[in-house]
Order: sequence, then C-alpha cells, then structure tokens
Amino acid sequence: MVEMSGARAFVEALGREGVEILFGVTGGAVLPICDELWSSDLRFVVARHEQGAVHMADGFARASGRVGVCLATSGPGATNLVTGVATANIDSSPVVAFTGQVPLSMVGTDAFQEVDIIGITASATKYNLQVRRPSEIPHAVKSAFYIASTGRHGAVLVDMPKDIQIAIDEMEFPEKVAFRGYKLNPEPSPREMDWAATLLSKAQRPVIMAGGGVIASNASAELVKLADMLVAPVTTTLMGKGAISSDHPLFTGLCGMHGTGEANLIVSDADVLLVVGARMSDRTTARLEDFSPGAKVVHIDIDKSEVDKNVETVTRVIGDARLALNGIIERLSRMAVDRQTNGAWLKKMKKFREQYTPQELPSNPYMKAPAVMKSLRKVLPRDALVTTEVGQNQMWAALYFDVYAPRTFFSSGGLGTMGWGFPAAIGAKAARPDLPVVDIAGDGSFGMTENNLATCVEEELPVVVVVLNNRMLGMVAQWQRLFYGRRYMAVDLGKSPDFVKLAEAYGAVGVRPETLEEFERVVKTAIDDNVTTVVDVMIDPEENVFPMVPPGKGLRDLLVEADY
Amino acid sequence: MTQLCTIAFLVENKPGVLFNVSNMFRRRGYNIESISVGPVEDSELARMTVSVEANSRVLNQIVEQLDKMVEVIKVKRLDPMRSIMREMLLIKLDTSDPMAREETLKHVNAFHGLILYIDPECIIAEVTGEPEAIDDFIEKTRSIGIEELSRTGVTALEKGRLNL
Repeated sequence: MVEMSGARAFVEALGREGVEILFGVTGGAVLPICDELWSSDLRFVVARHEQGAVHMADGFARASGRVGVCLATSGPGATNLVTGVATANIDSSPVVAFTGQVPLSMVGTDAFQEVDIIGITASATKYNLQVRRPSEIPHAVKSAFYIASTGRHGAVLVDMPKDIQIAIDEMEFPEKVAFRGYKLNPEPSPREMDWAATLLSKAQRPVIMAGGGVIASNASAELVKLADMLVAPVTTTLMGKGAISSDHPLFTGLCGMHGTGEANLIVSDADVLLVVGARMSDRTTARLEDFSPGAKVVHIDIDKSEVDKNVETVTRVIGDARLALNGIIERLSRMAVDRQTNGAWLKKMKKFREQYTPQELPSNPYMKAPAVMKSLRKVLPRDALVTTEVGQNQMWAALYFDVYAPRTFFSSGGLGTMGWGFPAAIGAKAARPDLPVVDIAGDGSFGMTENNLATCVEEELPVVVVVLNNRMLGMVAQWQRLFYGRRYMAVDLGKSPDFVKLAEAYGAVGVRPETLEEFERVVKTAIDDNVTTVVDVMIDPEENVFPMVPPGKGLRDLLVEADY
Repeated sequence: MTQLCTIAFLVENKPGVLFNVSNMFRRRGYNIESISVGPVEDSELARMTVSVEANSRVLNQIVEQLDKMVEVIKVKRLDPMRSIMREMLLIKLDTSDPMAREETLKHVNAFHGLILYIDPECIIAEVTGEPEAIDDFIEKTRSIGIEELSRTGVTALEKGRLNL
C-alpha cells in the first residue's frame, strides 16, 4: 500500500501495463492527470479532435497487437470519442479510452461539460466503468486492459471524475484481476475439434473463410497450413485480409458484396465451409438464403454468440482460432486424409478466376483506381502498413491491393467509419515507425479527419495519404447511379478543398501526379524521404467498383463492369 | 414461432448492471415481458428472471448475449415443465357494493389468495401463482371493478437439485 493521488496512481498503472504512448486531447477534467504526465516518460500524442485520438489508438492496437490508449476530457471530449470507440469495438480492436468527468459531487447535476458517457457508450463498448474512489483506479486500469485484450478483443472505457484524480488514497496495484462472469473460452473442446476435423476430412469441395479473428489470434501460419493440407480455397472477409498472402495459390480474394467473382462463386459451391473468426456480416454473406446453400458450415469463434447468429452451422468450435486450427490440423494428420483427389475442385476455382479476371482498362484521361492500387503495391515494400478509409477507396483497396502478411492492412470493417483510415495510419506509424504507412483514402473520407495532418507534422509521425479524388462521395454516387436512376443527391463535393494546398498549409507535402508513372515516383519519394505527403490522384467521378452484388441479392448474382 | 420464454441468470449485485442488461435487450430489439430482480444468498450476486416473447433462434441469441456480458455470471433458459414459476399480484378492487365484496372474497379464496386490506370502499388482495393463473384471476375479477393492480413479474426455480 502506498499513498498517492488518483492521477499519480493512474499514470503509475499505465506504466505497469507497459504503456509508452497515449493519444488524446486535454481539457479541464483531465488536468490532474496531465500534470502527472508532465513528469512521466509517457508520450502524449496530441490529436486535434478526440475522434482522431481514438482512431490513432485503434490503428496502434491493430498494427502492434497491443492495447491502444486514448485520453479525453469530459463532456464533448468524451462524446467525440464515441465513434472511435464503437469502431474499435465492432472490429474487436483492443482499445482503452479514458475520460475525465466532473467531480463526483457534481455528477448528475448537469454541470459544465458533464455528460453520461457510461450510459452513452454502454452498447458501444465491451465494458465500461466509472471510478468512484481513488483507490479503485489501479484495479480499474488493470481491468480495462485485461478485458480489452483477452477473449474477443474490444473497446473499454473508464470514466474518472476530477476529484477522484486529485484525492490522495492508499493504493494497491493488483497483479491480477478476476471477474466471476467473464468467460474467456480460449481452450477449444476436443470433442468439437473431432467433429470439425471429421467433417473437413470428408469434404469434397472445402472452402475456408478467414475473418479478423485469425489475425487477432496470430493464427495465419496455422490457417495456411490447414488450407494446404485440405487443398482448400481460402477467402477472407475485409477484416481477415492479410490472414493469408494474396499471392498464395489457394487465395481467392475477398468474399461478399464487393468480393471477387472467384471467391463468391467458390463459396457458393462449397460442400463444407470452415469459417474462422468472422461475424458473417451482411456485407460478407449477401442474401443469407443464398449464402453457400449446399455447405455444411463449421464455425470457429472465441465469441460463441457469433455462432448461429446469422448463418446456421452444423458444428462449432468455441475457442482461440490458433488453438482450434492447431487441434484440427493435428487430428487431420492422424486421419491421413488424402487430398490429391480434389483436382476437379481446384480446376473449378481456376476457371472462376479466369472468368472474372478484370481487363486492364486504359487510364485515359483519368487514372483508373484499380491501376493506382497496383502501382501503389509495386512501389511499397511487402511489409508496408496500409489503412483505408471507407467507401469506394476501401473496396478498390480490398479488391485490387495485394496484401502479403497479417497486421499490414487495416480497415474500418464493421462500423464503416469514414475518416478512420488517416488517424489510424498515424497510430500504426507510432506502433511501427520503422515501416512506411499509407492511407488509401477518398476525398470525402479524408475530408472528415484531415486536421490530423497537424499531428503528423508536429509529432513527426509521417504517413502518406493517397487520395483517390473523384470530387464525390463515390460509393453513394455509385448506388445512385446503379439503383436510383442517376439522381445524384448530396454526393457532389465540388472542387474544394485543394488537397495539395491543404497539405502545404499544414507543413506537409502535397502532390498531384498526372500519370501512373508519376504517381509511383512521388509515392516512392514520400516513402524514401519519410515525410507526410498527400498524393492527390484525380480519378473519374463516374468510375464504379466492380464486381458488386446488388443489395438483396445472393453472392452468385454479382455484377461486373461489362454488365453495366 | 414465438412463445413466452423464461430465462434466469445471476449477475453481479452492483449499480448499473440492471441498466446494462435492459440496455442489451433494447439494443437488440428484444421486448421484456417481465423482469424480477433480487439478491441471493451470496450477497455479491443478484438473480434476475426475465420472461420474453421469442422464437428459438432469438432465445438462443438472448442467452448468448447475456452470457457474454462481463457482469453476468451464469445464464439458463428454464424449461417450464421442469421449473416452478410464480408471480405475485397485488390488486385493489372496488367493493363498495356488498355483492362485489362477496364476489371478491370468493375469488381470492378460490386462488388461495390473501386479503391484505379492507375498508368500506375497497379490498386489496394478494394472489400468487403461475402467470397464467394471475391472468385468469384478473380476468375473473375484471367485472367487479379493478381500481389498480401491480404484478411482480415471474420468478422461478428449477425442480430437483438442478441449480443455476
């Protein structure tokens, strides 16, 4: 037991969790904490808006596999975190958000900058709590990190009234915390793995669908091993991109609304579908009734509420994806399954691949987005980190930007938060300063959080932003073009801003390449020089993302460029 | 096909837990028909009993979503055939007419209820039973004239040595 203030205990507890960096915006209700940070070794990366801070913490978490931490003041500081907390939580990213609160005696009086952030974030976090006594702070911090980073990862918010930060109390720093009702489920049951292995061993047309859970549990090697063993095509969800290298011969690309033809058709034809760590969201399954209709679905997930939520399964394995995959591999090797027989199945996959390989279109007068993606891949090292924004840019990146390793591609999958990619890229850069970090952006999304350019420059966290600029909210425009008789409403963003000048205003570099060769050159320079650069790439406002499964249709009903 | 289902679960006995539980039901669009809460022999825990109209798929999701909550220790859906379910009703009836008073006493007796209060104008009675019996009692006394009533919601235990 030691006597200290709540704020001192908070900083001490962060140190004990191994935190070296936090992202945030200060304010009145976190002044005591900031005063303690002043004399600590913790790095405080100053965002210009709390949304930026929480996305940075999220990007940090995804790139490092460790907990990302952010701090905001009470009231508007706290509400500005909500989008980011919800984004991290639905994508199972371990983020801990700390908020200041008005003094406990004033809680409930509608005091200045008071907001009920616990009530507000109740359904957007994995867990949240308000500290009611200074001596609770060490336990609260430990619990937040523990819950965020175990089981299915998620976002945790801790609200700390200002008087609790100031008051001095006896502090005890626990080595461990336990919750009676918190079920981790890491160890898969042997019987469930037996059933899964038996089903897979009998499959004639097996397909594996890998989600973000594979990346979260560092199970990529096991995933690839099992795929090779079964000679099973592998598709991923958006969150699973990178779980298997894009140049692996069994990789089919993403499945879903903007899946590849190959992935969507092979999933539709499967007789056994092994889903690993995926939520089976509507964007992945398309029309549920038509989703893999002939398949027996085997679902591995650490969160058992995900099993049978959307897609009915035949058997489940509840537990950590890596342990479950290892257990299944072990069982299959004992069964000595001969997979030389499914040549016909692979032939089918290759047929789909050829059938749906898009033609290279001439880049005239505009550069084509898929070509920009391929050029970007060419100039980036294989281990570069890439984030995306949300909308067309995200789907072009998902479809046409190859990813070779887990934890190198990050996107706001569940919530689809425009403006996420850029601050997340800054967080990723903070986690991996040794690697180049690129945000694949659209002009609409980048506009939502572009003020973080200040953070890039001031905090020396250089990232490259590739703006696929069509002067449009492109994805909505695409839907209006395809399904609403070209009645464009609220999608035309016009000429403003000039992203080159905007970058310069923040002290970053802005460039507007005219050709793919020039694009490759400027990106290369930006990476070699390691300076924050906005690359403004003018693309055709009429360009669509294909393939696309129209809303309400099944995976097989995909439209390609030629259908349009 | 939906039916009225009863779920019993143990939670941490602390502020905010009832909010989190009801918030989960609201957020996922499940409508609580009744809920009853009280501490158990281990004072750190409370037991909640919720009845909800659901099909088997939704019921499964409710159980899983509850089980996932950090503050929820244990969850069980109760099989009506293997459980004792009880609900308590307090009902105030207008008995200014002597015939009504007689009628009321007859029904309360038939349901093994208790008369808790009598004055020249009204009677307050307590009736305990399965929710259907309570419905039945209310139906039977409707013609007498109900001033007001309050139901506790279902509480339940499994038969035999099965525990939550």
